Amino acid sequence: MSTHGPGMARYIRHAACFCALLLVALLVNATRVQVFEAAAHDENPANRREVIARYGLRRGDILVDGRPVTGSRDTGEQLRYERTYANGPLFAPVTGFASQEYGTTLLEHTEDGVLSGSDPLLTPFALWNDFTRRRNPGGDVVTTIDGAAQQAAFRGLAGRKGAVAAVEPTTGRILALVSSPSYDPEVLSGNDPGVGRSWARLNADREKPMLNRAVRQTYPPGSTFKVVTAAAALDAGVVTDLDAPTDSPAPYRLPGTRTSLTNESDGCEDLSLREAFRWSCNTVFAKLGVDVGVGDMTATAHAFGFNDDALRIPFSVARSTFDPTVDKAQLALSSIGQYNTRATPLQMAMVSAAVANGGQLRTPYLVERTTTSRGTTVATAGPRPGRQVMYPSTAAQLRELMTQVVTEGTGTNAAIPGATVGGKTGTAQHGIGNAGTPYAWFVSWAQGDRDVEPKVAVAVVVEDAAADRGEITGGGVAAPIARAVMEAVLRSKE
Amino acid sequence: MTKAGTTVAPPADTPASAVRLPRRRGIELALIVLAVLLCVYGYCAVGLARHGTVPPGAAGYGAGLGVLALLAHLAVRLRAPDADPLLLPIGVLLNGLGLVLIYRLDLETPGDRAAPTQLVWSTVGVALFIVVVLALRDHRVLQRYAYVCVAAALVLLTLPILFPSVNGARIWIRVAGFSIQPGEFAKVLLAVFFAAYLAANRNALAFAGRRFWKLQLPTGRVLGPVLAIWLISVGVLVLERDLGTSLLFFGLFVVLLYVATGLTGWIALGLLLAAVGAFAVGWLEPHVHTRVEDWLHPFASIEAGLGPNQLAQSLFSFAAGGVLGTGLGLGHSVLIGFAAKSDFILATAGEELGLAGLSAIFLLYGLLVERGYRAGLSLRDPFGRLLATGLASIVALQVFVIAGGVGGLIPLTGMAMPFLAQGGSSVVTNWAIVALLIRVSDSARRQYDGTEAP
Repeated sequence: MSTHGPGMARYIRHAACFCALLLVALLVNATRVQVFEAAAHDENPANRREVIARYGLRRGDILVDGRPVTGSRDTGEQLRYERTYANGPLFAPVTGFASQEYGTTLLEHTEDGVLSGSDPLLTPFALWNDFTRRRNPGGDVVTTIDGAAQQAAFRGLAGRKGAVAAVEPTTGRILALVSSPSYDPEVLSGNDPGVGRSWARLNADREKPMLNRAVRQTYPPGSTFKVVTAAAALDAGVVTDLDAPTDSPAPYRLPGTRTSLTNESDGCEDLSLREAFRWSCNTVFAKLGVDVGVGDMTATAHAFGFNDDALRIPFSVARSTFDPTVDKAQLALSSIGQYNTRATPLQMAMVSAAVANGGQLRTPYLVERTTTSRGTTVATAGPRPGRQVMYPSTAAQLRELMTQVVTEGTGTNAAIPGATVGGKTGTAQHGIGNAGTPYAWFVSWAQGDRDVEPKVAVAVVVEDAAADRGEITGGGVAAPIARAVMEAVLRSKE
Repeated sequence: MTKAGTTVAPPADTPASAVRLPRRRGIELALIVLAVLLCVYGYCAVGLARHGTVPPGAAGYGAGLGVLALLAHLAVRLRAPDADPLLLPIGVLLNGLGLVLIYRLDLETPGDRAAPTQLVWSTVGVALFIVVVLALRDHRVLQRYAYVCVAAALVLLTLPILFPSVNGARIWIRVAGFSIQPGEFAKVLLAVFFAAYLAANRNALAFAGRRFWKLQLPTGRVLGPVLAIWLISVGVLVLERDLGTSLLFFGLFVVLLYVATGLTGWIALGLLLAAVGAFAVGWLEPHVHTRVEDWLHPFASIEAGLGPNQLAQSLFSFAAGGVLGTGLGLGHSVLIGFAAKSDFILATAGEELGLAGLSAIFLLYGLLVERGYRAGLSLRDPFGRLLATGLASIVALQVFVIAGGVGGLIPLTGMAMPFLAQGGSSVVTNWAIVALLIRVSDSARRQYDGTEAP
């Protein structure tokens, strides 16, 4: 009946077993790729999926005065959403850029987790999201920036090379952060060829529009550093009476050298600290610095924030320097903001703020809080711990000195009716043989007559103040900008 | 289970009607309905994931697939009422799933829609299925046309040489705007020929020559046909640069030789010849050499700064799917680029359905193959047994070659995933394979004698 031998069924079984082996091999291989090697493949930089997911959602916004200064544009492309900026050049030193091609900077960089939605704090159910592969919509970043102050500073610089930093002395909130010339970060957003051209153009620009001068550029602070030197002298007891003569010659021969230091104006010899501060006498402060000594000078500079490279606001701030390894001649120059002394505009705003706030320095910060896309708070910065930079009595004396600069000294351009304003001008020579156009500085603080505490501290630097040398530049060019910023803050606080 | 295949004969006094197997056509119908519903669900899931709405064509798509499946079911009811109830639903489910995946990928390439064409070809395939089931009353008829089949197969295989090569492979012919891959049809014809030839000559072939260690070597005079097939395979490879098809032909022949004769020597010889052929071709043919290099170092192009190649993208796809997948319509397998809808369709399944869905698909193929082998086991005539084994082996080998290739298990060879992949010739051929399996399983279950449950 059976036409086939008994063997054939056996061989078919063998063939079937072979096929079963192939099936097992496929299943094992699929498990290898999809389970054991999956993480490595997912993280491979050549794998576009992470990038696609990142740009697949509307990016969260950065808020100033409760209104977003950023936006997202749906391009319908593979990398779907592109960043837009409502007033790009104005806020670029705050926001930075978010580019599909060139990454992120500044707040767009440090707050990327919240903005892109990848921050696990954005959801109470992180594990569940992993399971369902849901991505959180990007959260928002509320900044401390005062829009009016920012505008005033930007308008005041009017395209000249320079920077403005303003902080609230009692809290450390950064109210304005402006760098000029600026750029529109939106031109770097997408991934079309134009973005590459913009990138090349911005990088090749000799004016360096992408440089955030307010926090990433250090300048010789010049005479504005005399606030620090005066604080050190008062704290160390080198000067006990503001009106006592300081026993300082003019010109002042730098110790151990034949070089003599002179002043812009006459009559500095043996002046009191009060008068020397008002007229910004180099000779007096050079000698005071030497009298205080390198140890105490360095300690005071440290306390104000010099030589600190750990400051994050939350993006990093360039290190302001006060060289502790100097001889007496170098110390004399360092004490009047020359030699190796360099400061960011933000650092000088912190100096002014510490004076205004009774000697207590609040660490500056830029992010008030972060929220989910629905507005629920994720994290708040809150006021940072302060540190006492100088005795409160020293701060009170310095307030007095700075106020006089504005009422009857070199900084009268910063005076605001109905408010107490303290300031200090500065002119910093630079370049080989001081050949460069001097930097015009002005640092100040303001307190409305009805306020119980100071409302704003500002530092302004204008690089190419094409005016006459001398104190005129600081008071003439930088002080009006500072006044505009302070007025804006005082007005918006009312 | 006892070794049923080794029992000499069934009890002679068992009346046939007493062990008559249930026909189970109702189960087939229920499974078909389930398969169609699953496919419509997939189609809707794609639309919901992409646009938040059920795609407008969902009802039409479901109705189309349903009508095709129902007509096939009616044909089976009419002319193969004892057939295995699993074969047709598996075919419908895989074909429908393939349409969903192709439709899903079409959304990424608005300028190049493949799903409508694939639906037309599926209709042609189901029509061919119905014709085969209705017209072929007994599979043994095919035995008579063995040499017609082999001649037709050779003609089909050589035809593409006259046409220009496409993407480095010379396997397509163009007729009236349609691309046809004749090698696909040749597979079935060759399976018929192999089965018929081996059924007729198996005693001569099985005559063992010398015994070498544990291998029983075949005698020299039967080596001729084997070498001829090997040469054809190599010829296909060299002339058409189609590594997959040549591997498939050769593998099919070796499996059937072994099943027909039981000589382990055939396997050894087959592996030896395959190794020699593969080595020679890999050495001579840069196209193949590249494939092997890609398999060994899938990320070499990334390290060279040229970006991921197709295989690397395919691996990224599978990895992105993980265990549960991204969900239909939510993956990025389109990054694979060229051939994402055809050779690499499995990567889309892997990414969007995950390891779970991919395993389910593999198991569906496994079930299809298993039903084929089971029909072969329970048939009585050697031709039927070899035919069923051969057809099932075609599916098994093809799935392994392409799934292993896109998954990085073996060097990648261009080949269509049965039923899933875009490609008209392939889907028509696979419906023909299922039709023939229906036919042999019908015979197997009708002549069931109690020894081997089909």
